[in-house]
Amino acid sequence: MQVQSYFSSLDSLDGELATLNLGPTHPATHGIFQNVLKMDGERIVSAEPTIGYIHRAFEKIAEHRPYYQVTPLTDRLNYCSSPINNMGWHMTVEKLIGCELPKRAEYMRVIIMELSRIADHLVCNTVIGVDTGALTGFTYMFQERERIYELFEEVCGSRLTTNIGRIGGMERDFTPVFHKKLKDFLKTFPARFEEFTGLLERNRIFMDRCIGAGPITAERAMAYGFTGPNLRAAGVDYDVRAMSPYSRYGDFEFDIPVGVNGDTYDRFCVRQEEIRQSLRIIHQAYNNLPEGEYHAEVPDYYLPDKPDVYTKMEALIYHFKVVMAEVPVPVGEVYHSVEGGNGELGFYLVSDGGRQPYRLHFRRPCFIFYQAYPEMIKGSMLSDAILTMSSMNVIAGELDA
Amino acid sequence: MTLSNEQILAQLAEKMPGAALSSEIARDGILNIHTTREQIIELLLLLRDDEQLGFNFLTTLCAIHYPDNAGQELGVVYHLHNWQQNVRIRLKIFFPIDDPHVPTATGLWPTANWMERQEYDFFGVIFTGHPDLRRILNVDDMEVFPMRKEYRLEDGTRTDKDDRFFGRDGHVGQSFD
Repeated sequence: MQVQSYFSSLDSLDGELATLNLGPTHPATHGIFQNVLKMDGERIVSAEPTIGYIHRAFEKIAEHRPYYQVTPLTDRLNYCSSPINNMGWHMTVEKLIGCELPKRAEYMRVIIMELSRIADHLVCNTVIGVDTGALTGFTYMFQERERIYELFEEVCGSRLTTNIGRIGGMERDFTPVFHKKLKDFLKTFPARFEEFTGLLERNRIFMDRCIGAGPITAERAMAYGFTGPNLRAAGVDYDVRAMSPYSRYGDFEFDIPVGVNGDTYDRFCVRQEEIRQSLRIIHQAYNNLPEGEYHAEVPDYYLPDKPDVYTKMEALIYHFKVVMAEVPVPVGEVYHSVEGGNGELGFYLVSDGGRQPYRLHFRRPCFIFYQAYPEMIKGSMLSDAILTMSSMNVIAGELDA
Repeated sequence: MTLSNEQILAQLAEKMPGAALSSEIARDGILNIHTTREQIIELLLLLRDDEQLGFNFLTTLCAIHYPDNAGQELGVVYHLHNWQQNVRIRLKIFFPIDDPHVPTATGLWPTANWMERQEYDFFGVIFTGHPDLRRILNVDDMEVFPMRKEYRLEDGTRTDKDDRFFGRDGHVGQSFD
Protein backbone atom coordinates (compact mmCIF):
# COMPACT_ATOMS: atom_id res chain seq x y z
CA MET A 1 0.00 0.00 0.00
CA GLN A 2 2.75 2.30 1.03
CA VAL A 3 4.75 1.26 -1.99
CA GLN A 4 1.91 2.10 -4.34
CA SER A 5 1.99 5.73 -3.36
CA TYR A 6 5.63 6.05 -4.38
CA PHE A 7 4.84 5.01 -7.91
CA SER A 8 2.80 8.11 -8.31
CA SER A 9 5.05 10.44 -6.36
CA LEU A 10 6.62 13.43 -8.02
CA ASP A 11 10.12 12.13 -7.36
CA SER A 12 9.94 9.35 -9.89
CA LEU A 13 11.30 9.60 -13.39
CA ASP A 14 8.22 9.36 -15.55
CA GLY A 15 6.76 6.87 -13.11
CA GLU A 16 9.55 4.41 -13.83
CA LEU A 17 11.58 2.52 -11.27
CA ALA A 18 15.34 2.39 -11.45
CA THR A 19 17.47 -0.55 -10.35
CA LEU A 20 20.49 0.42 -8.32
CA ASN A 21 23.23 -2.04 -7.61
CA LEU A 22 24.67 -1.08 -4.25
CA GLY A 23 27.77 -3.16 -3.67
CA PRO A 24 29.34 -5.75 -3.44
CA THR A 25 32.13 -3.29 -2.84
CA HIS A 26 30.95 0.17 -2.18
CA PRO A 27 32.72 2.71 0.00
CA ALA A 28 29.54 3.44 1.93
CA THR A 29 28.69 -0.09 2.99
CA HIS A 30 31.73 -0.92 5.14
CA GLY A 31 32.00 -4.50 4.03
CA ILE A 32 31.30 -6.75 1.14
CA PHE A 33 27.59 -7.13 0.66
CA GLN A 34 25.45 -6.46 -2.34
CA ASN A 35 22.02 -4.93 -2.31
CA VAL A 36 20.02 -4.68 -5.49
CA LEU A 37 17.68 -1.81 -4.83
CA LYS A 38 14.56 -0.85 -6.72
CA MET A 39 14.52 2.90 -6.57
CA ASP A 40 11.77 5.36 -7.17
CA GLY A 41 13.74 8.55 -7.40
CA GLU A 42 15.67 8.54 -4.17
CA ARG A 43 13.26 6.28 -2.32
CA ILE A 44 13.77 2.56 -1.92
CA VAL A 45 10.86 0.45 -3.11
CA SER A 46 12.47 -2.89 -2.40
CA ALA A 47 15.86 -4.35 -1.61
CA GLU A 48 17.36 -7.73 -2.36
CA PRO A 49 20.48 -8.46 -0.34
CA THR A 50 23.07 -10.98 -1.48
CA ILE A 51 25.54 -12.23 1.07
CA GLY A 52 28.31 -14.79 1.23
CA TYR A 53 31.10 -12.83 -0.47
CA ILE A 54 33.57 -13.65 2.26
CA HIS A 55 32.19 -17.04 3.25
CA ARG A 56 35.08 -19.20 4.48
CA ALA A 57 33.30 -22.41 5.49
CA PHE A 58 34.06 -22.10 9.20
CA GLU A 59 31.54 -24.74 10.21
CA LYS A 60 33.11 -27.22 7.81
CA ILE A 61 36.68 -26.37 8.79
CA ALA A 62 35.74 -26.67 12.47
CA GLU A 63 34.75 -30.29 11.89
CA HIS A 64 38.33 -30.97 10.83
CA ARG A 65 40.28 -29.14 13.51
CA PRO A 66 41.02 -30.05 17.11
CA TYR A 67 39.21 -27.91 19.66
CA TYR A 68 42.06 -25.53 20.36
CA GLN A 69 42.48 -24.82 16.64
CA VAL A 70 38.88 -23.68 16.33
CA THR A 71 39.66 -20.56 18.36
CA PRO A 72 41.39 -18.73 15.46
CA LEU A 73 38.28 -19.38 13.35
CA THR A 74 36.13 -17.58 15.90
CA ASP A 75 38.50 -14.58 15.70
CA ARG A 76 37.31 -14.02 12.21
CA LEU A 77 33.59 -13.95 12.94
CA ASN A 78 33.02 -10.52 14.41
CA TYR A 79 36.56 -9.24 14.03
CA CYS A 80 35.72 -5.98 15.80
CA SER A 81 35.45 -7.87 19.08
CA SER A 82 37.40 -11.09 18.58
CA PRO A 83 38.10 -11.73 22.29
CA ILE A 84 34.38 -12.17 23.02
CA ASN A 85 34.15 -14.80 20.28
CA ASN A 86 37.30 -16.55 21.51
CA MET A 87 36.09 -16.71 25.07
CA GLY A 88 32.60 -17.76 24.06
CA TRP A 89 34.19 -20.71 22.33
CA HIS A 90 36.46 -21.54 25.28
CA MET A 91 33.45 -21.47 27.59
CA THR A 92 31.56 -23.80 25.25
CA VAL A 93 34.34 -26.37 25.43
CA GLU A 94 34.67 -25.85 29.18
CA LYS A 95 30.96 -26.53 29.51
CA LEU A 96 31.40 -29.74 27.56
CA ILE A 97 34.36 -30.98 29.57
CA GLY A 98 32.92 -29.71 32.86
CA CYS A 99 35.75 -27.37 33.79
CA GLU A 100 35.42 -24.73 36.52
CA LEU A 101 37.65 -21.70 36.27
CA PRO A 102 39.34 -19.89 39.17
CA LYS A 103 37.73 -16.57 40.01
CA ARG A 104 40.76 -14.61 38.84
CA ALA A 105 40.66 -16.15 35.37
CA GLU A 106 36.99 -15.30 34.99
CA TYR A 107 37.48 -11.71 36.15
CA MET A 108 40.37 -11.36 33.71
CA ARG A 109 38.09 -12.59 30.96
CA VAL A 110 35.41 -10.11 31.93
CA ILE A 111 37.90 -7.25 31.72
CA ILE A 112 39.06 -8.34 28.27
CA MET A 113 35.53 -8.95 26.99
CA GLU A 114 34.26 -5.58 28.15
CA LEU A 115 37.27 -3.85 26.62
CA SER A 116 36.45 -5.47 23.33
CA ARG A 117 32.80 -4.49 23.65
CA ILE A 118 33.95 -0.91 24.02
CA ALA A 119 36.16 -1.26 20.93
CA ASP A 120 33.28 -2.79 18.98
CA HIS A 121 30.76 -0.13 19.95
CA LEU A 122 33.30 2.62 19.30
CA VAL A 123 33.70 1.44 15.72
CA CYS A 124 29.96 1.26 15.18
CA ASN A 125 29.09 4.60 16.72
CA THR A 126 31.91 6.55 15.16
CA VAL A 127 31.02 5.08 11.79
CA ILE A 128 27.44 6.25 12.24
CA GLY A 129 29.04 9.65 12.70
CA VAL A 130 31.07 9.24 9.52
CA ASP A 131 28.00 8.29 7.53
CA THR A 132 26.21 11.40 8.73
CA GLY A 133 29.19 13.50 7.69
CA ALA A 134 31.05 13.82 10.98
CA LEU A 135 34.53 12.37 10.50
CA THR A 136 36.15 14.06 13.49
CA GLY A 137 34.77 11.77 16.18
CA PHE A 138 35.92 8.76 14.22
CA THR A 139 39.52 9.91 14.05
CA TYR A 140 39.57 10.77 17.77
CA MET A 141 37.96 7.58 18.95
CA PHE A 142 40.15 5.37 16.80
CA GLN A 143 43.06 6.51 18.94
CA GLU A 144 41.21 5.13 21.94
CA ARG A 145 40.47 1.90 20.12
CA GLU A 146 44.15 1.69 19.35
CA ARG A 147 44.87 1.81 23.09
CA ILE A 148 42.50 -1.09 23.65
CA TYR A 149 44.34 -3.03 20.96
CA GLU A 150 47.60 -2.29 22.74
CA LEU A 151 46.09 -3.86 25.83
CA PHE A 152 45.16 -6.98 23.87
CA GLU A 153 48.64 -7.06 22.42
CA GLU A 154 50.04 -7.03 25.92
CA VAL A 155 47.92 -10.05 26.90
CA CYS A 156 48.13 -12.24 23.82
CA GLY A 157 50.55 -10.73 21.33
CA SER A 158 48.08 -9.85 18.63
CA ARG A 159 45.64 -7.06 18.08
CA LEU A 160 42.73 -7.73 15.75
CA THR A 161 42.44 -11.49 15.41
CA THR A 162 43.47 -12.14 18.95
CA ASN A 163 43.23 -15.88 19.65
CA ILE A 164 43.16 -14.74 23.26
CA GLY A 165 42.85 -17.07 26.22
CA ARG A 166 42.93 -20.84 26.23
CA ILE A 167 40.53 -23.65 27.01
CA GLY A 168 40.75 -23.64 30.80
CA GLY A 169 41.69 -20.02 31.42
CA MET A 170 44.03 -17.35 30.16
CA GLU A 171 47.38 -18.09 28.54
CA ARG A 172 49.30 -15.82 30.91
CA ASP A 173 48.72 -13.42 33.75
CA PHE A 174 48.35 -9.69 33.16
CA THR A 175 51.79 -8.15 32.77
CA PRO A 176 52.95 -5.04 34.66
CA VAL A 177 52.72 -3.09 31.40
CA PHE A 178 49.12 -4.21 31.01
CA HIS A 179 48.28 -2.97 34.49
CA LYS A 180 49.90 0.35 33.76
CA LYS A 181 48.18 0.76 30.42
CA LEU A 182 44.79 -0.35 31.73
CA LYS A 183 44.95 2.09 34.65
CA ASP A 184 45.91 4.83 32.24
CA PHE A 185 43.06 3.90 29.92
CA LEU A 186 40.50 3.84 32.71
CA LYS A 187 41.68 7.24 33.86
CA THR A 188 41.75 9.09 30.56
CA PHE A 189 39.21 7.32 28.37
CA PRO A 190 35.97 8.56 30.02
CA ALA A 191 36.79 12.24 29.49
CA ARG A 192 37.77 11.70 25.85
CA PHE A 193 34.69 9.61 25.27
CA GLU A 194 32.49 12.35 26.69
CA GLU A 195 34.13 14.76 24.25
CA PHE A 196 32.96 12.48 21.44
CA THR A 197 29.53 12.31 23.08
CA GLY A 198 29.43 16.08 23.17
CA LEU A 199 30.07 16.25 19.45
CA LEU A 200 27.17 14.02 18.46
CA GLU A 201 24.69 12.92 21.07
CA ARG A 202 22.69 16.16 21.27
CA ASN A 203 23.87 17.59 17.97
CA ARG A 204 20.83 18.91 16.12
CA ILE A 205 22.09 17.94 12.65
CA PHE A 206 23.03 14.47 13.82
CA MET A 207 19.71 13.95 15.59
CA ASP A 208 17.67 15.13 12.62
CA ARG A 209 19.59 12.73 10.48
CA CYS A 210 19.24 9.68 12.74
CA ILE A 211 15.88 9.94 14.44
CA GLY A 212 13.34 7.90 12.53
CA ALA A 213 15.91 6.32 10.19
CA GLY A 214 15.47 2.55 9.83
CA PRO A 215 13.08 1.90 12.71
CA ILE A 216 11.82 -1.49 13.81
CA THR A 217 9.23 -2.36 16.43
CA ALA A 218 9.98 -4.61 19.38
CA GLU A 219 7.60 -7.29 18.06
CA ARG A 220 9.20 -7.40 14.63
CA ALA A 221 12.67 -7.32 16.13
CA MET A 222 11.91 -10.36 18.29
CA ALA A 223 10.28 -12.21 15.42
CA TYR A 224 13.36 -11.51 13.32
CA GLY A 225 15.60 -12.94 16.02
CA PHE A 226 17.25 -9.64 16.98
CA THR A 227 19.48 -9.67 20.02
CA GLY A 228 22.01 -7.27 21.44
CA PRO A 229 21.99 -3.48 21.04
CA ASN A 230 19.69 -3.58 18.03
CA LEU A 231 17.01 -5.37 20.02
CA ARG A 232 17.52 -3.23 23.09
CA ALA A 233 17.14 -0.09 20.95
CA ALA A 234 13.64 -1.36 20.17
CA GLY A 235 12.87 -1.51 23.88
CA VAL A 236 13.47 -5.14 24.92
CA ASP A 237 15.95 -5.55 27.75
CA TYR A 238 17.32 -8.95 26.74
CA ASP A 239 21.02 -9.29 27.50
CA VAL A 240 22.76 -12.65 27.81
CA ARG A 241 25.08 -11.26 30.48
CA ALA A 242 22.09 -10.67 32.74
CA MET A 243 19.83 -13.51 31.57
CA SER A 244 22.30 -16.38 31.77
CA PRO A 245 25.35 -14.93 33.51
CA TYR A 246 28.57 -16.59 32.42
CA SER A 247 32.07 -15.87 33.62
CA ARG A 248 30.68 -14.44 36.91
CA TYR A 249 28.85 -11.52 35.36
CA GLY A 250 26.44 -11.99 38.24
CA ASP A 251 29.05 -10.42 40.56
CA PHE A 252 28.90 -7.08 38.82
CA GLU A 253 26.39 -4.31 38.88
CA PHE A 254 25.46 -2.83 35.52
CA ASP A 255 22.40 -1.41 33.82
CA ILE A 256 20.92 -2.55 30.54
CA PRO A 257 20.06 0.52 28.49
CA VAL A 258 17.01 0.29 26.25
CA GLY A 259 15.66 2.55 23.53
CA VAL A 260 12.10 3.28 22.47
CA ASN A 261 11.77 3.57 18.72
CA GLY A 262 14.35 1.08 17.49
CA ASP A 263 15.71 3.62 15.02
CA THR A 264 19.27 4.63 14.22
CA TYR A 265 19.40 7.24 16.96
CA ASP A 266 18.24 4.76 19.60
CA ARG A 267 20.78 2.20 18.45
CA PHE A 268 23.47 4.87 18.71
CA CYS A 269 22.37 5.89 22.20
CA VAL A 270 22.11 2.31 23.44
CA ARG A 271 25.68 1.64 22.33
CA GLN A 272 26.87 4.89 23.89
CA GLU A 273 25.40 3.89 27.24
CA GLU A 274 26.71 0.34 26.94
CA ILE A 275 30.23 1.73 26.62
CA ARG A 276 29.72 3.52 29.95
CA GLN A 277 28.29 0.38 31.51
CA SER A 278 31.22 -1.67 30.21
CA LEU A 279 33.58 0.77 31.88
CA ARG A 280 31.62 0.31 35.08
CA ILE A 281 32.03 -3.46 34.83
CA ILE A 282 35.76 -3.15 34.11
CA HIS A 283 36.20 -0.92 37.17
CA GLN A 284 34.41 -3.44 39.38
CA ALA A 285 36.29 -6.42 37.96
CA TYR A 286 39.68 -4.72 38.07
CA ASN A 287 39.31 -3.27 41.55
CA ASN A 288 38.19 -6.64 42.90
CA LEU A 289 40.55 -8.75 40.83
CA PRO A 290 41.23 -11.69 43.12
CA GLU A 291 44.60 -13.28 43.68
CA GLY A 292 45.11 -16.80 42.46
CA GLU A 293 45.66 -18.83 39.37
CA TYR A 294 44.83 -17.51 35.93
CA HIS A 295 43.86 -20.92 34.62
CA ALA A 296 42.19 -24.10 35.84
CA GLU A 297 44.06 -27.31 36.58
CA VAL A 298 43.09 -29.22 33.46
CA PRO A 299 46.33 -30.73 32.17
CA ASP A 300 44.42 -32.64 29.51
CA TYR A 301 43.47 -29.40 27.77
CA TYR A 302 45.71 -26.64 29.08
CA LEU A 303 49.31 -26.55 27.88
CA PRO A 304 51.94 -26.95 30.62
CA ASP A 305 54.54 -24.29 31.29
CA LYS A 306 57.11 -24.29 28.53
CA PRO A 307 60.19 -24.65 30.81
CA ASP A 308 58.56 -27.74 32.34
CA VAL A 309 58.13 -29.27 28.90
CA TYR A 310 61.88 -29.26 28.48
CA THR A 311 62.70 -30.63 31.91
CA LYS A 312 59.81 -32.78 33.14
CA MET A 313 58.59 -35.99 31.60
CA GLU A 314 54.99 -35.52 32.74
CA ALA A 315 54.76 -32.04 31.25
CA LEU A 316 56.27 -33.24 27.98
CA ILE A 317 53.67 -35.99 27.69
CA TYR A 318 50.80 -33.60 28.34
CA HIS A 319 52.24 -31.06 25.94
CA PHE A 320 52.41 -33.67 23.21
CA LYS A 321 48.91 -34.91 23.92
CA VAL A 322 47.37 -31.43 23.90
CA VAL A 323 49.10 -30.40 20.69
CA MET A 324 48.22 -33.65 18.94
CA ALA A 325 44.65 -33.37 20.30
CA GLU A 326 44.91 -36.81 21.89
CA VAL A 327 42.83 -35.79 24.85
CA PRO A 328 39.66 -37.36 26.18
CA VAL A 329 36.58 -35.34 25.21
CA PRO A 330 33.17 -36.37 26.55
CA VAL A 331 30.44 -37.38 24.17
CA GLY A 332 27.53 -35.00 24.23
CA GLU A 333 26.15 -31.71 23.06
CA VAL A 334 26.18 -28.24 24.54
CA TYR A 335 24.86 -24.85 23.59
CA HIS A 336 26.59 -21.85 25.05
CA SER A 337 25.96 -18.22 24.30
CA VAL A 338 27.69 -15.00 25.19
CA GLU A 339 26.69 -11.40 24.67
CA GLY A 340 28.78 -10.46 21.67
CA GLY A 341 29.15 -6.96 20.31
CA ASN A 342 26.03 -7.49 18.23
CA GLY A 343 23.97 -9.81 20.37
CA GLU A 344 23.66 -13.41 21.37
CA LEU A 345 26.60 -15.26 19.91
CA GLY A 346 25.84 -18.94 20.33
CA PHE A 347 27.90 -22.08 19.86
CA TYR A 348 26.10 -25.38 19.41
CA LEU A 349 28.71 -28.07 19.76
CA VAL A 350 28.09 -31.77 19.17
CA SER A 351 30.93 -34.03 20.26
CA ASP A 352 31.24 -37.70 19.42
CA GLY A 353 34.33 -38.04 21.59
CA GLY A 354 36.68 -37.51 18.66
CA ARG A 355 39.54 -35.09 18.27
CA GLN A 356 37.42 -32.48 16.54
CA PRO A 357 33.82 -31.35 16.87
CA TYR A 358 31.33 -33.62 15.16
CA ARG A 359 29.25 -30.57 14.38
CA LEU A 360 29.72 -26.98 15.38
CA HIS A 361 27.05 -24.46 14.57
CA PHE A 362 27.57 -20.76 15.15
CA ARG A 363 24.56 -18.64 15.97
CA ARG A 364 25.79 -15.43 14.41
CA PRO A 365 23.72 -12.43 15.42
CA CYS A 366 24.66 -10.42 12.30
CA PHE A 367 23.50 -13.16 9.97
CA ILE A 368 20.20 -13.41 11.78
CA PHE A 369 19.29 -9.76 12.02
CA TYR A 370 20.55 -8.66 8.61
CA GLN A 371 17.57 -10.37 6.97
CA ALA A 372 15.34 -7.67 8.47
CA TYR A 373 17.27 -5.01 6.55
CA PRO A 374 15.03 -4.89 3.44
CA GLU A 375 11.98 -4.44 5.63
CA MET A 376 13.66 -1.71 7.66
CA ILE A 377 14.69 0.41 4.70
CA LYS A 378 11.59 -0.03 2.57
CA GLY A 379 10.21 3.37 1.66
CA SER A 380 13.16 5.26 3.09
CA MET A 381 15.72 7.43 1.35
CA LEU A 382 18.92 5.86 0.06
CA SER A 383 21.04 7.90 2.45
CA ASP A 384 18.97 6.60 5.39
CA ALA A 385 19.53 3.04 4.20
CA ILE A 386 23.29 3.54 4.37
CA LEU A 387 22.93 4.95 7.85
CA THR A 388 20.66 2.11 8.93
CA MET A 389 23.20 -0.44 7.80
CA SER A 390 26.04 1.14 9.73
CA SER A 391 23.90 1.51 12.83
CA MET A 392 22.95 -2.18 12.71
CA ASN A 393 26.70 -2.87 12.78
CA VAL A 394 26.62 -5.65 10.22
CA ILE A 395 30.09 -7.18 10.28
CA ALA A 396 30.78 -9.12 7.09
CA GLY A 397 32.90 -11.73 8.86
CA GLU A 398 30.11 -12.66 11.21
CA LEU A 399 27.50 -12.42 8.49
CA ASP A 400 29.23 -14.86 6.17
CA ALA A 401 31.19 -17.09 8.55
CA MET B 1 8.61 -20.08 39.67
CA THR B 2 10.57 -21.27 36.72
CA LEU B 3 9.44 -23.83 34.26
CA SER B 4 11.20 -27.11 34.96
CA ASN B 5 12.02 -29.71 32.35
CA GLU B 6 9.55 -32.13 33.99
CA GLN B 7 6.81 -29.53 33.75
CA ILE B 8 7.54 -28.97 30.06
CA LEU B 9 7.27 -32.69 29.40
CA ALA B 10 4.09 -32.98 31.45
CA GLN B 11 2.53 -30.06 29.59
CA LEU B 12 3.47 -31.56 26.24
CA ALA B 13 2.09 -34.98 27.16
CA GLU B 14 -1.17 -33.31 28.11
CA LYS B 15 -1.54 -30.86 25.22
CA MET B 16 -0.04 -32.80 22.37
CA PRO B 17 0.18 -36.48 23.31
CA GLY B 18 2.59 -38.44 21.21
CA ALA B 19 4.56 -35.41 20.05
CA ALA B 20 7.62 -36.19 22.10
CA LEU B 21 8.99 -39.52 20.90
CA SER B 22 11.69 -39.42 23.50
CA SER B 23 13.56 -36.88 25.54
CA GLU B 24 16.75 -36.50 27.50
CA ILE B 25 18.67 -33.84 29.34
CA ALA B 26 21.80 -32.84 27.44
CA ARG B 27 25.17 -32.09 29.08
CA ASP B 28 24.31 -28.41 29.24
CA GLY B 29 21.07 -29.08 31.12
CA ILE B 30 18.86 -28.25 28.15
CA LEU B 31 15.90 -30.56 27.53
CA ASN B 32 16.15 -32.38 24.20
CA ILE B 33 12.90 -33.52 22.64
CA HIS B 34 12.84 -35.85 19.68
CA THR B 35 9.83 -35.56 17.43
CA THR B 36 8.84 -36.16 13.83
CA ARG B 37 8.79 -33.79 10.89
CA GLU B 38 5.05 -34.36 10.55
CA GLN B 39 4.50 -32.91 14.01
CA ILE B 40 7.25 -30.33 14.20
CA ILE B 41 5.31 -27.25 13.08
CA GLU B 42 2.35 -28.01 15.30
CA LEU B 43 4.73 -28.59 18.19
CA LEU B 44 6.63 -25.35 17.54
CA LEU B 45 3.34 -23.49 17.39
CA LEU B 46 2.22 -25.00 20.69
CA LEU B 47 5.53 -24.21 22.36
CA ARG B 48 5.41 -20.64 21.09
CA ASP B 49 1.80 -19.76 21.77
CA ASP B 50 0.88 -21.75 24.85
CA GLU B 51 0.73 -19.50 27.87
CA GLN B 52 2.42 -21.91 30.22
CA LEU B 53 5.15 -22.91 27.78
CA GLY B 54 5.86 -19.56 26.15
CA PHE B 55 8.93 -20.36 24.06
CA ASN B 56 8.70 -17.05 22.22
CA PHE B 57 12.13 -16.90 20.64
CA LEU B 58 13.71 -19.06 17.95
CA THR B 59 17.36 -18.83 18.89
CA THR B 60 18.71 -20.82 15.99
CA LEU B 61 18.16 -23.89 13.90
CA CYS B 62 20.73 -26.08 12.26
CA ALA B 63 20.96 -29.33 10.35
CA ILE B 64 23.18 -32.28 11.20
CA HIS B 65 24.26 -35.31 9.19
CA TYR B 66 24.77 -38.83 10.59
CA PRO B 67 25.62 -40.94 7.53
CA ASP B 68 25.50 -44.19 9.51
CA ASN B 69 21.95 -43.80 10.81
CA ALA B 70 20.14 -45.62 8.04
CA GLY B 71 16.82 -43.98 7.25
CA GLN B 72 17.54 -41.13 9.68
CA GLU B 73 20.66 -39.66 8.15
CA LEU B 74 19.71 -36.00 8.25
CA GLY B 75 18.38 -34.03 11.15
CA VAL B 76 17.31 -30.52 12.03
CA VAL B 77 17.84 -29.14 15.52
CA TYR B 78 15.76 -26.19 16.74
CA HIS B 79 16.81 -24.11 19.74
CA LEU B 80 13.94 -22.27 21.40
CA HIS B 81 14.13 -19.88 24.30
CA ASN B 82 11.46 -18.79 26.76
CA TRP B 83 12.52 -15.27 27.69
CA GLN B 84 10.07 -14.78 30.54
CA GLN B 85 11.17 -17.85 32.45
CA ASN B 86 14.62 -18.01 30.89
CA VAL B 87 14.34 -21.66 29.86
CA ARG B 88 15.81 -23.16 26.73
CA ILE B 89 14.65 -26.22 24.86
CA ARG B 90 16.03 -28.18 21.92
CA LEU B 91 13.85 -30.02 19.40
CA LYS B 92 15.23 -32.63 17.06
CA ILE B 93 13.81 -34.30 14.00
CA PHE B 94 15.49 -36.92 11.85
CA PHE B 95 14.56 -38.09 8.38
CA PRO B 96 16.05 -40.01 5.44
CA ILE B 97 18.58 -38.27 3.23
CA ASP B 98 16.73 -39.47 0.11
CA ASP B 99 13.65 -37.57 1.17
CA PRO B 100 15.00 -34.47 2.90
CA HIS B 101 11.72 -32.58 3.20
CA VAL B 102 10.84 -30.60 6.30
CA PRO B 103 7.98 -28.11 6.65
CA THR B 104 9.19 -24.56 6.98
CA ALA B 105 9.02 -22.55 10.18
CA THR B 106 9.01 -19.22 8.33
CA GLY B 107 5.29 -18.89 9.02
CA LEU B 108 6.02 -18.86 12.74
CA TRP B 109 9.15 -16.76 12.82
CA PRO B 110 10.41 -14.66 9.90
CA THR B 111 13.91 -15.19 11.26
CA ALA B 112 13.68 -18.84 10.16
CA ASN B 113 13.93 -17.63 6.56
CA TRP B 114 17.70 -17.23 6.29
CA MET B 115 18.41 -19.92 8.87
CA GLU B 116 16.58 -22.43 6.69
CA ARG B 117 18.22 -21.14 3.53
CA GLN B 118 21.57 -21.67 5.18
CA GLU B 119 20.80 -25.28 6.12
CA TYR B 120 19.43 -25.93 2.64
CA ASP B 121 22.62 -24.49 1.21
CA PHE B 122 24.89 -26.71 3.30
CA PHE B 123 22.91 -29.90 3.88
CA GLY B 124 20.26 -29.92 1.17
CA VAL B 125 17.35 -29.96 3.59
CA ILE B 126 14.32 -28.89 1.57
CA PHE B 127 12.04 -26.76 3.68
CA THR B 128 8.68 -27.14 2.01
CA GLY B 129 6.64 -23.97 1.89
CA HIS B 130 9.69 -21.74 2.25
CA PRO B 131 9.09 -18.52 0.29
CA ASP B 132 12.57 -18.24 -1.21
CA LEU B 133 14.62 -21.41 -0.82
CA ARG B 134 17.87 -20.52 -2.61
CA ARG B 135 21.50 -20.91 -1.72
CA ILE B 136 22.65 -18.12 0.54
CA LEU B 137 26.36 -18.31 1.36
CA ASN B 138 27.68 -20.56 -1.42
CA VAL B 139 27.69 -19.78 -5.12
CA ASP B 140 24.40 -20.30 -6.92
CA ASP B 141 25.72 -22.94 -9.31
CA MET B 142 27.23 -25.20 -6.68
CA GLU B 143 26.10 -28.76 -7.22
CA VAL B 144 26.72 -30.37 -3.84
CA PHE B 145 25.66 -29.78 -0.26
CA PRO B 146 29.12 -29.32 1.21
CA MET B 147 28.47 -29.84 4.92
CA ARG B 148 27.40 -33.44 4.36
CA LYS B 149 29.96 -35.77 5.83
CA GLU B 150 30.96 -37.43 2.56
CA TYR B 151 32.64 -34.25 1.37
CA ARG B 152 36.14 -34.15 2.71
CA LEU B 153 37.84 -30.91 3.40
CA GLU B 154 41.21 -31.80 2.01
CA ASP B 155 42.71 -34.82 0.33
CA GLY B 156 42.19 -37.83 2.53
CA THR B 157 45.74 -38.94 1.94
CA ARG B 158 47.18 -38.18 5.33
CA THR B 159 48.53 -41.29 6.99
CA ASP B 160 50.45 -39.84 9.92
CA LYS B 161 47.46 -40.03 12.22
CA ASP B 162 46.73 -43.74 12.45
CA ASP B 163 44.08 -43.91 15.14
CA ARG B 164 45.20 -47.35 16.32
CA PHE B 165 48.41 -45.86 17.70
CA PHE B 166 46.44 -43.45 19.85
CA GLY B 167 44.16 -45.95 21.57
CA ARG B 168 41.17 -45.19 19.41
CA ASP B 169 39.18 -47.25 16.98
CA GLY B 170 39.20 -45.67 13.62
CA HIS B 171 40.88 -45.38 10.35
CA VAL B 172 44.02 -44.08 8.84
CA GLY B 173 43.85 -40.57 7.51
CA GLN B 174 40.18 -39.97 8.10
CA SER B 175 40.03 -37.88 11.19
CA PHE B 176 41.90 -34.90 9.86
CA ASP B 177 41.22 -35.33 6.17
